[in-house]
Amino acid sequence: MRPAPWIICAALAMSVPVAARGQAMGDQAIYTYISFDELEYRAHADERPVLFDAMVWIGGDFNRLWAKGRGERPTRGGGSNVEGQLLYGRVVSPFWDLQAGVRIDVHSDGAERGARGLIAIGLQGLAPYWFEVESAVFVSHEGDVSARFQASLDLLLTQRLILEPELELDLAAQDVPEFGVASGLSTIEVGARVRYEIVREFAPYIGVSWERHAGTEGGSERDTSLVAGLSWWY
Amino acid sequence: MYKGVRPPRPLSRRSFLGYGGAAAVVAGADRLLPARLRTEGSLHRGAPDVLDGKDGPIELVIAETEIRVGGRRARATTVNGTIPGPLLRFREGDEAVINVTNQLEENSSIHWHGILLPNAMDGVPNVTFPGIRPGETFSYRFPIRQYGTYWYHSHSGLQEQLGHYGPLVIDPAEGEPQLFDREHVVVLSDWTFEDPNRILAKLKKRPDYYNFQKRTVFDFFRDVGEHGLGAALSDRLEWGSMRMNSTDISDITGATYTYLMNGRAPDAGWTGLFQPGERVRLRFINASAASLLDVRIPGLPMTVMQVTGQHVRPVETDEIRIAIAERYDVIVEPTEDRAYTIFAEAMDRSGFARGTLAPREGMEAPVPPRRARPLLTMADMGMDHDMAGIDMADMGHDMGGMENAEMPGMGTPPDSVPAAAGHEGHVMPGMAMGLRPPGTLPEETMHGPDQHGKANASVPVSTRSRLAEPGAGLGEDGWRVLTYADIEALHPNAELRGPDREIELHLTGNMERFQWSIDGVKSSDADPIHVTLGERIRLILVNDTMMSHPMHLHGMFMELENGKGVVIPWVDTVNVKPAERVSVLFTADAPGPWAFHCHVLYHMYAGMFRVIHVMEPDVHMGHDED
Repeated sequence: MRPAPWIICAALAMSVPVAARGQAMGDQAIYTYISFDELEYRAHADERPVLFDAMVWIGGDFNRLWAKGRGERPTRGGGSNVEGQLLYGRVVSPFWDLQAGVRIDVHSDGAERGARGLIAIGLQGLAPYWFEVESAVFVSHEGDVSARFQASLDLLLTQRLILEPELELDLAAQDVPEFGVASGLSTIEVGARVRYEIVREFAPYIGVSWERHAGTEGGSERDTSLVAGLSWWY
Repeated sequence: MYKGVRPPRPLSRRSFLGYGGAAAVVAGADRLLPARLRTEGSLHRGAPDVLDGKDGPIELVIAETEIRVGGRRARATTVNGTIPGPLLRFREGDEAVINVTNQLEENSSIHWHGILLPNAMDGVPNVTFPGIRPGETFSYRFPIRQYGTYWYHSHSGLQEQLGHYGPLVIDPAEGEPQLFDREHVVVLSDWTFEDPNRILAKLKKRPDYYNFQKRTVFDFFRDVGEHGLGAALSDRLEWGSMRMNSTDISDITGATYTYLMNGRAPDAGWTGLFQPGERVRLRFINASAASLLDVRIPGLPMTVMQVTGQHVRPVETDEIRIAIAERYDVIVEPTEDRAYTIFAEAMDRSGFARGTLAPREGMEAPVPPRRARPLLTMADMGMDHDMAGIDMADMGHDMGGMENAEMPGMGTPPDSVPAAAGHEGHVMPGMAMGLRPPGTLPEETMHGPDQHGKANASVPVSTRSRLAEPGAGLGEDGWRVLTYADIEALHPNAELRGPDREIELHLTGNMERFQWSIDGVKSSDADPIHVTLGERIRLILVNDTMMSHPMHLHGMFMELENGKGVVIPWVDTVNVKPAERVSVLFTADAPGPWAFHCHVLYHMYAGMFRVIHVMEPDVHMGHDED
């Protein structure tokens, strides 16, 4: 998936620091950060999906516009799940950004396509002991309430070989069958990826991911798979 | 353990060279040092290496130039085509006339670092003048009212990183207090092939981008083996709880930097010549954008005679940490017919600049191995003292390097008159004096409740003077290391007044977002600090961060309160260590808005910058109490 054209335009327009070069101070400069944290293939049995997890922020020291996207598409069988978020974020304490905005989910099972809009409020930052944390609460246009918590940690094996354990929890207040969401702890995902930073901006990785999806009609589905992918930022 | 510097030996040879004598020394230096300052392989030839003010107005041209660094081609922003730019030479009492033409496609400027001059000549865009527009020539004209080793550099954007700097030397009107047979100017700097704006963007997005010396999982297991699981774990948890990195010594490292000595990469090397038995003066200038450098000459002790351009009582040492923008003039006396390596190691040990002192061209001496990268300690967090149980008697322990420290004086109010104690014969009994009593340093102070807002990651528990400490990674090698506590002025201070007012400024930041500020406010959000012309100010600088900040005041010297009484040394730049409390005095005798900033270029550019505005009493509408 390519970033939406508006993201590219905005990034190009704003990547030149606002404070003209050659002036005394650059502390008002605007920066653009683009990251594909995961561009990944999962080798588990049936669907063998490809996934992406991307993020852009544009802004200065305290105020930033955030765009986040993630999606999954099986290489075997049809269907896809894609979500995008557009958020305004403000630094509320030295290590935390408070974010608020909208999210759009597009779900397709090959034959039918459904979409929903959500309001998102989140807190993202660095927790003590170096945990990168991203958390948010969502309310859909139909009043469905859900929440997400993600945490990860970089453990250095060498200066360039980095083990990154990750945890993601998705919670929902009610079932949303069209989007495969079950109430309660709807998804739990635990992963560990080892990346090699060829340069800081570009790192291929391999890893393992375990996830459990609660079914909307009781029961649950568990998957363990080897993963391989690329991580890139600019 | 760190060894204190030995007491200076008496001056055996003391010479007051007249104007002609000084000129003779200078002329000799010129002849002996062809192409001394020329960048290796510079494509721009023909620029003179030394421009002397006595030959008429000096013409400088700022332009983009193709150069070679370590054999690689690069685009640099140069002054007269070389890195560093030409040596500008004046005599105290001269009038400097310097025409600077900007051939860049963006605004530029030249700031004369450490020079006392009219505000409009200081060269800081948006503070003292609009800058020099593309194609324009700006004429700097100012009387030279001082002597010493200085330098000049761009104050526009990040141009300084691209090579826009050079040395400036002023010979004293009264002659030199030390005899020397020849001199070499040694400009140290850091070069990158990257766009400095891109470096800053990377640091904003990933602050550890250039740190390839972090502690790994295997370092943890080794520490468990050496110190036990409990100790290793509590150490990691302590740093982790604060989201601070004990290996965060330098923002930008040898991962991108090539460290230069007079424009030459370590492999090419720069060579300065001497005849065995000569007294050789080396004028070290750290013109780096972001690198503190530890300078030593294995086998050759250095006698420091000037610090930031001001004569000091000669003191012998083996290694000097030269903070960004500082200058140290030393005398060395090589007696053997052999080469010596001048080794300038980056503070984080990720690289070095290197040159050679030799009797003949082509000689080389062994290059010492790089030492292990230092780790920050609890002292750098301001957490090594329990304030509840603080005992002044214990303070002496931390000032082991200060042989003359008189601890009972600790905490004496600044305006009290000390007992007329003799201090190496410099204190004149009975003289009314408002200076800090000899042997006293700023007391250890608990940090107040102000956390400095959301642009500041954290504050130390307490801060105290660390002037007598050699600094992270120094003092364990079995040789002497110079500290600020070893420096004293050659002559007693003319100004003996105590401060009219104290201003306390906290150096703040958040490494994780690469934000840098003063009192938690970055420069563009900050109001100027107003002081009245003639006012005597005690500036207390408190470093709340875990990085070193070489703080530079334009337009006026700072008197560094290092416990030396009336022989208080003058500096234009003072390096403030992590969790340190440093106190300086200055007399606001130069009207106008003056820049005060961290000389880590990227810290300044990111906001660690203030304007100190010296205002005439009649236009001054009242104090901005800080």
